[in-house]
Amino acid sequence: MDLTLKIWRQKNAASKGKFVTYKISDISPNSSFLEMMDILNESLVLCGEDPVAFDHDCREGICGACSMYINGHPHGPDKAITTCQLHMRRFKDGETIVIEPWRARPFPVLKDLIVDRTAFDKIIQAGGYVSVNTGGIPDANSIPIPKVKADLSMDAAACIGCGACVAACKNASAMLFVAAKVSQFALLPQGRVEASERVQAMVAEMDNLGFGNCTNTGACEAECPKEISISNIARMNREFLSAKLGAQKPSGRTGSDA
Amino acid sequence: MAELNSKIPKGQLAEKWTNYKDNIALVNPANKRRLEVIVVGTGLAGASAAASLAEMGFKVKNYCYQDSPRRAHSIAAQGGINAAKNYQNDGDSVYRLFYDTIKGGDYRAREANVYRLAEVSNAIIDQCVAQGVPFAREYGGLLDNRSFGGAQVSRTFYARGQTGQQLLLGAYSALSRQVKKGNVELFTRHEMLDVVLVEGRARGIIVRNMVTGEIERHAAHAVVLATGGYGNVFFLSTNAMGSNTTAIWKAFRRGAVFGNPCFTQIHPTCIPVHGDFQSKLTLMSESLRNDGRIWVPKQKEDAEKIRKGTLLPTQIKEEDRDYYLERRYPAFGNLVPRDVASRAAKERCDAGFGVGETGLAVYLDFSDAINRLGKSTIEARYGNLFQMYEKIVDENPYKTPMMIYPAVHYTMGGLWVDYELMTTIPGLFAIGEANFSDHGANRLGASALMQGLADGYFVLPYTIQNYLADQISVPKFSNDLPEFKLTEEEAVNRLKKLMNVRGKNTVDSFHKKLGHIMWEYVGMGRNAEGLKKAITEIRALREEFWKDVKIPGEMNEINPELEKASRVADFLELGELMARDALHRDESCGGHFREEFQTTEGEALRNDQEFMYAAAWEFTGDTQEPKLNKEVLDYEFVEVKQRNYK
Amino acid sequence: MALAGLFLISFLGVHLGINLLILKNDGREAFNIAAHFMVTNPVVQSMQWVLFGGFILHILLGAVLQIQNWMARPQRYKVEGFSHTSYFSKFMIHTGLIIFAFLILHLVNFFFKAKFGAMPEVMIGDHMYEDMGLLVIEKFSNLSYVILYIFWLLFLGFHLDHAFHSAMQSLGLNHSKYTPVFFGISRALAILIAGGFMIIPLVIYFS
Repeated sequence: MDLTLKIWRQKNAASKGKFVTYKISDISPNSSFLEMMDILNESLVLCGEDPVAFDHDCREGICGACSMYINGHPHGPDKAITTCQLHMRRFKDGETIVIEPWRARPFPVLKDLIVDRTAFDKIIQAGGYVSVNTGGIPDANSIPIPKVKADLSMDAAACIGCGACVAACKNASAMLFVAAKVSQFALLPQGRVEASERVQAMVAEMDNLGFGNCTNTGACEAECPKEISISNIARMNREFLSAKLGAQKPSGRTGSDA
Repeated sequence: MAELNSKIPKGQLAEKWTNYKDNIALVNPANKRRLEVIVVGTGLAGASAAASLAEMGFKVKNYCYQDSPRRAHSIAAQGGINAAKNYQNDGDSVYRLFYDTIKGGDYRAREANVYRLAEVSNAIIDQCVAQGVPFAREYGGLLDNRSFGGAQVSRTFYARGQTGQQLLLGAYSALSRQVKKGNVELFTRHEMLDVVLVEGRARGIIVRNMVTGEIERHAAHAVVLATGGYGNVFFLSTNAMGSNTTAIWKAFRRGAVFGNPCFTQIHPTCIPVHGDFQSKLTLMSESLRNDGRIWVPKQKEDAEKIRKGTLLPTQIKEEDRDYYLERRYPAFGNLVPRDVASRAAKERCDAGFGVGETGLAVYLDFSDAINRLGKSTIEARYGNLFQMYEKIVDENPYKTPMMIYPAVHYTMGGLWVDYELMTTIPGLFAIGEANFSDHGANRLGASALMQGLADGYFVLPYTIQNYLADQISVPKFSNDLPEFKLTEEEAVNRLKKLMNVRGKNTVDSFHKKLGHIMWEYVGMGRNAEGLKKAITEIRALREEFWKDVKIPGEMNEINPELEKASRVADFLELGELMARDALHRDESCGGHFREEFQTTEGEALRNDQEFMYAAAWEFTGDTQEPKLNKEVLDYEFVEVKQRNYK
Repeated sequence: MALAGLFLISFLGVHLGINLLILKNDGREAFNIAAHFMVTNPVVQSMQWVLFGGFILHILLGAVLQIQNWMARPQRYKVEGFSHTSYFSKFMIHTGLIIFAFLILHLVNFFFKAKFGAMPEVMIGDHMYEDMGLLVIEKFSNLSYVILYIFWLLFLGFHLDHAFHSAMQSLGLNHSKYTPVFFGISRALAILIAGGFMIIPLVIYFS
């Protein structure tokens, strides 16, 4: 296959970037999108040019590192896959492919197609956990959990933290990411214990980091490589409203949860 | 000569760990706050250790090369995690898990360690459930189990085909909680370049900030390496692109001995290689072998026609199919351990019965299971895996059998550690896949997750205290000590040297060449002649690399080519050690198959008289050959037998 | 946003109901009585302020959210994606602004006249009523007004298409069984309300 690539090149976070056009030929339709990028980079290196920097690691669709915005879609035109799972047979011979980094204020570009997604870690740090220490835990089967709830929780937990939801959303909103984590825990008895504190802390951190608002366009769900449903966003809204309306403050001093 | 003291506690097997815990020195809470621990790596072992140590009160610094701790390659583990819960009432017990693991490892692991692993396995499941890991459940609300290779009980806990992901996210959430509390300082996009020794003890690391290119010195009272395995020495493997050996290799060069480097696990169910441009191999979970049947055509002519594309697998009649695993191993059938399954596939392909365009593939067929259980059941069990397969191969596995072939997956070898998980460098610990540990010569499925979390949650947090207890009077280290400056200088010089080669060939081209040598001579079937050849060829390649590698860009920026080059330079040294280890071990055991040593039926032939030891290699200098030390394995409690899965 | 929106939807329903009375063949009697009721009844008068509040809240919140959303992506994509989603959801601010602009015109045309302007009067039964109906009929005899209103109502329909179900989602009401129904209600409301309002100028102009 012969292709024309228009790729965003940006030397570092401080510099201004621009699109550069590359021609590439003899690409096997069986190669993956990232293998096509490898081939491009190999040729750039041999010409003494700086190869295109992009995040990638597991190359099997689970680590969430790869993050290209391809022809108007995060992770490219196919549904339910990451960029590393995208194969060139999906494209037409002679096609022009525009490759951009994720665009969102909380995801600044570090170089070329690499963006900084530390904001996601910060949201998890704000409350995306169950506050238990290692050890001293009752038997795993001591609390039965309805299979349906466990399965719904797993649906939400499948999030790989790639940021495609933010990239796809016209508002650069992180609601699906946050909702997935909130839902995973809200559906399990272990997570319910601090569900109210969790949803408030995580939403506050999300807003604080400068993500946009959810206007229920559903683009996140359509582009999520793990097909996480926006019903999780509704669940988070529910959790958030009831936490805000119903949360009680205990009197007296409370200790830290160390 | 390195002194190998395994520090195995005295007493009966089942009492050793309890005795050990009862008698070690502990650090009181006030002192814990003053002690700093560096943990390199944020996978199952690293994240769980960092979180647990921080919860106890230690000040932890945690490093990863990825942009987030959640991306460590533990995330890609699919199948499950073993534990001796016996929830299925099928006769499982701590002893049986221990025994299966020791046997599965072909009697090349340390009894006491493996028993401890089996012992803490149950607590891991409890811990993960409490963290909110959504394991698969039955309709009654209790946890579900599945069976895995090498075991006759169902003891594997799983979360769809994403068990590693869910366990890692559990550990990551625990870690995140400690970051928020200020007990863990997180350094992402930082790659460890070297370990710093002060007066013979590990006291810090040198890292490169991969965004700014800055070289930084970090000091602590102890250093824990949880940096995973080195399967990427083969170029093509199921490891992540960034997985590398640098941390443990640098530790080796600083004096930590390296245990059993040649013990590599070749996983039987991967998607076959399809072209030169291929960058990585994709694993299909071993759990597929629960319902899939592996076969090749009985007639060579059929295999030839299939390779040419003139015959379809679905056209081959039942009686013309050779279900070779069921034929050779009637007791375990398609569920034999990984090394056995891989070798059997290679044997058939080498004999000319392989399928696929290259002839390097066998079929994994679900038609029987679909007829028996219905398509929807199979879809519920393996839907995501089938989808993944179809995305890559462009064939529908519900209609035509999958093609699979073995691929490098896991390295049982790693830094030699004692019972306390400490290397031969005092204060330097290695956990998870980075150590040579508990799997002997072959790892059973669903045991890697178990070991990583056992080390991180339940073993290291105890054993490291025994070391740190006498460090409480040692003040915080300054990273201005001459040892730090010197080590930093060496790291910088090495990178400069790489940049200044300014040769003609890309890093990947060297890595691919190394991979070919390794796969050809140090892969599934090894022999003395080939291994000697490998050593010579790797040396030559290494020399060429340092003369001819081309790295564009600068040191002080994001430079993926420089990162790769630095890793490949280490692989080029490690590859030789692996070949050397494989050459010295004149026997076949587990994943190490020497063609000269096999039974008449083609099974691995161990030599327990001469090789019942862990090979622990010691670095003696760049120009000298490494020195072999031996930790003799003393089987006190189990009877050592020929492994038999027939 | 969601609550204000739902409130405005309910207002549109009432408004439409009254407007349709003008089509009743009774010399605008029912319509004028209803209009009179709306401008004089104290409960409706107080609700009017709530309604104003609702409008302002909805518009202001919409504007603030939109500005935040624009700020969240300072650099836009070269190729903007069109994911398979509820189509009009992406243009709520645009349809909203168009509706807002015409709303002012609309208020000037009818509301302020009814409220403060001199109105023709008509005797119904024993009482004198403002002949609001006559005003409406005069306006819609003018083709340009008809086109303008149809155009405006079209955008109101687009806006409403992403209203009801979106409000439900924001309020946390999403369910595998009922959410498709919410989408149906949304679409139905958009067609009924916009279509219902459109009938009036068309009927008046062509009769």
